[in-house]
Amino acid sequence: MRYESPTSFKAAAELLSKEKGQAFILAGGTDLLVRMRTGFIEPDLVVDIKRIGGSREIKKTESGFKIGAAVSGAELGEHKALKKAWPGVVEAANLIGSKQVQGRCTMAGNLCNASPAADSVPALVAAGAKAVIVGPKGKRKVAVEEIPTGPGKTSLKKGEIVESIILPKRAPKSGDAYLRFIPRSEMDIAVVGVGVNVTLDAKGIVTKARVALGAVAPTVRLVPAAAKALIGTKMEDAALDKLAEACAAACSPIDDKRGTREFRIKVAGVLARRAAIIARQRAGGK
Amino acid sequence: MPLDNPSANTRKYKLVGTRPDRQDGFDKVTGRAKFGADAVAPGQLAGSILRSPHAHARIRSIDTSKAEKLAGVKAVVTRADFPDKTAGDSGLFDILTNIMARDKALYEGHAVAAVAAVSPAVAKQALKLIKVDYEVLPHVTDVDEAMKPTAPVLHPKLFTEGLAEKPKKPSNIARRYEFGHGDVEAGFAKADIIVERSFKTEATHQGYIEPHACLANVSPDGSGELWVCTQGHFMVRDYCARLLGLEISKLRVTASEIGGGFGGKTTVFLEPVALALSRKANRPVKLVMSRDEVFKCTGPTSSASIDVKIGVTKDGLITAADATLRYQGGAFPGSPAEFGAMSAFAQYHLDNVRTIAYDVVTNRPKQAAYRAPGAPMANFAVESMIEELAHKLGMAPIDFRIKNAAREGTRSSYGPVYGPIGLLATLEEARKHPHFKAPLGPNQGRGMAAGFWFNFGGQSCVSLNIPVDGTVTISVGSPDIGGSRASMCLMTAEELGIPYEHVRAIIADTSSLGYNDVTDGSRTTFATGMACILAARDAIKKLCQRAARMWGIPEEAVTWEKGYAKPAGANAGNFPPLSLKEIAAASGGTGGPIAGHHEYSADGAGVSFATHICDVEVDPETGATRIVRYTVLQDAGKAVHPSYVEGQFQGGAVQGIGWALNEEYVYGKDGRLQNAGFLDYRIPVCSDLPMIDTKILEIPNPGHPYGVRGVGETSIVPPLAAVANAVSNAVGVRMTELPISPPRLLKALDTVSLAKAS
Repeated sequence: MRYESPTSFKAAAELLSKEKGQAFILAGGTDLLVRMRTGFIEPDLVVDIKRIGGSREIKKTESGFKIGAAVSGAELGEHKALKKAWPGVVEAANLIGSKQVQGRCTMAGNLCNASPAADSVPALVAAGAKAVIVGPKGKRKVAVEEIPTGPGKTSLKKGEIVESIILPKRAPKSGDAYLRFIPRSEMDIAVVGVGVNVTLDAKGIVTKARVALGAVAPTVRLVPAAAKALIGTKMEDAALDKLAEACAAACSPIDDKRGTREFRIKVAGVLARRAAIIARQRAGGK
Repeated sequence: MPLDNPSANTRKYKLVGTRPDRQDGFDKVTGRAKFGADAVAPGQLAGSILRSPHAHARIRSIDTSKAEKLAGVKAVVTRADFPDKTAGDSGLFDILTNIMARDKALYEGHAVAAVAAVSPAVAKQALKLIKVDYEVLPHVTDVDEAMKPTAPVLHPKLFTEGLAEKPKKPSNIARRYEFGHGDVEAGFAKADIIVERSFKTEATHQGYIEPHACLANVSPDGSGELWVCTQGHFMVRDYCARLLGLEISKLRVTASEIGGGFGGKTTVFLEPVALALSRKANRPVKLVMSRDEVFKCTGPTSSASIDVKIGVTKDGLITAADATLRYQGGAFPGSPAEFGAMSAFAQYHLDNVRTIAYDVVTNRPKQAAYRAPGAPMANFAVESMIEELAHKLGMAPIDFRIKNAAREGTRSSYGPVYGPIGLLATLEEARKHPHFKAPLGPNQGRGMAAGFWFNFGGQSCVSLNIPVDGTVTISVGSPDIGGSRASMCLMTAEELGIPYEHVRAIIADTSSLGYNDVTDGSRTTFATGMACILAARDAIKKLCQRAARMWGIPEEAVTWEKGYAKPAGANAGNFPPLSLKEIAAASGGTGGPIAGHHEYSADGAGVSFATHICDVEVDPETGATRIVRYTVLQDAGKAVHPSYVEGQFQGGAVQGIGWALNEEYVYGKDGRLQNAGFLDYRIPVCSDLPMIDTKILEIPNPGHPYGVRGVGETSIVPPLAAVANAVSNAVGVRMTELPISPPRLLKALDTVSLAKAS
């Protein structure tokens, strides 16, 4: 196995595209190293992106936040401005793994690992986040929900790397929240995850909303019908009921060791309600 | 046993009952302590085991030729390297078959071949080159399914034992047990209310953090050394020697520090394989299990299916109790069905009681002991029914339990008549406890349960040595799995009358001491501890002899008091007392080294009872259960080191909580384990739990000089029922199947609300 730590994304993309064997990107390594140790994968090349300038930076820009691909969960949690603007995204990223894992794990890694149960992904999708991708043919920007295509599979082409994640600038009276269901209280994997992001007008009526579900389908799902249930309402009970119904309807989960199909469908609605109420509070609504 | 002790009730202790730091603590918190995988030998090889991917398959052939030719491979072993030397001992033959599959792979993970190579990578590569030709057979993993006449039969020579007549056909039912007294039918005829229900519990793993590991080194002269993480290195030595045809005295086994065992490290898995590889390669071989292997190939406990029927009068007196218990113990006979049947009703005074148990084999890993083996599941079923009966009677569950509780003189459900026991004391103390009166919030419920465990004595051998500076070493042969070294030092120092800090305990290897039973059955502080006391008394006798020699008086004229030899009376002469230190300093000139020793098989282990109280809060929309408050009240006889007694109470409660709420072996339709890791096999983490409150009661055990009873196991018996009762009381639905995982509870809640709506 070859280990490389290039200093530019271009060089990293080149290494990856030229490798004939199995090549993997190392950011935090909290998924990659575990898979290597358990013998699940045997890489020929590992490209560490942590030495690339900017990969470990959170930048506040005119249009929002640019989060480098190797920024850890703990660093996200310590960034006051980011936490104030996108508390739901940060709380989702901070749920990954344990305290020790938080020192290493990254949102870009969480996204590219392409688990349907990834915690940060529903929050990112609800936030309308975009990923900047560097590849042999240059840069492109895509909505995060376009990256995972199935469990463990992404739309990234050979040699492509997520360089950063862009969170848009916040409109006034906006808030987001992420909730997940796990049988334990921490160090677990979501059985259901829900991200909700809302913007209110002066009267507290929802003008914009995005709702995303995790662990209930092969990929994280954006649920426009759930957003529609909230828009134009003050999230009265009837609206929340519709939200829960829309979320339940959007689920196509499986029965597995972590939960039954019917459990996931029911709990998706329950968590959506609860997350929506938190998002509304954070947006300054009642 | 004549103990010649002052009454345990009146003796005033100087050290026993205090809480000094454990002497192994420093090395453990600094990382110096050496565990199973920490040993290294010059020239050692890395071992790796090939395991069956199938739950049940005939092994037609194994071709290791390619693996043997791979550069760096030094030995490959298969069933051919383990000839049957068990001489008709069927239990030992089962162990042999479990450590290396013979004609069939009986569960997913069953060892089929093993390799020793110059590196772990080469060993892994070699495993891929071994070709095994399997004929996949139908499998069964559920206990009730395995008992059906149509079930695939694991062992064609297994005929149910314990029946009046030998059955004509083999089956998966290894044995039937029956216990009880009185006439249950007559008892039920007298009952005003009879309740009958069935319960199921899933298999749980002991969940020790340290995986099995060992380092074997066999010499061409037939001698061998083994470094191993185990609860009983003498057991490992004897099993390995017998399986491999070695002379017992030529195999020296040293126990490493141990990162948890809970009963799961009371047999052999890797050790004979490592020795066989080392013998073949003529090099030291280290074998370390992965977590996945620990879950798939070592012993979880049984899963169980239990029917209980209890009858009571209107006034709340139990007239009859009857239970049938079915335990699957994996691919070989030996599930703790018998202990389940013996302990199920042990906490009650019953005139008419019967328990019938079946030991069943399935295509799962061979079960191993797990803390009070067999008792928690039986207790879950019985104590759930007791709670339900109390509700039906309109009686407070605690009053119902007190009314029917076993007491001194009660004939137990498994036969013996109880001496002084602490059950009523724990129940009365529970009733007085502030927890019992604390208000409950919305969606909260309170449950309780009382539980029993036998405890064990067994063989121990202890040597005590006093070097010239007057410090003391005690060599014991019981691996310390719960702070026992601190208790050994406390008891030895108490007896000798010297400071705790002057005594150090080590776990000696198998060539240094006589046989010691495994650290199990909550026996170590009781039996090995008593051997320490008796070894100290032996040393005191010698210290007095030396003092007599120094003074020139007869040894009968010397007594021992608080660390000093003194003339027994005025007639003996007027000598200033001699301290242990002074006698030790002079020992070279008074007869040489001073040592004490004791070897025996201890009787008189006192039975132990506990009452647990549990508050839970249920999220009715998700089925999630949170433990809000938990209290353990248990009889310790005498708590030698109260902090470690409390630790045992808390640890058992936590393992029981995990068993009740989330832990389970999940099998796919292919008979493969789906959750062989701590991510999906959910033991509780710290943030899942409140601080477990404890109350130590001390009802002395007459069988021990200080009144000690074993405390390690009883604490896992009541939690399953205490949690289930709390959940059932919170939501109004009786949960009869464990674990009460969120999907299962939510489904039960939905079923009830649907029924109410219609």
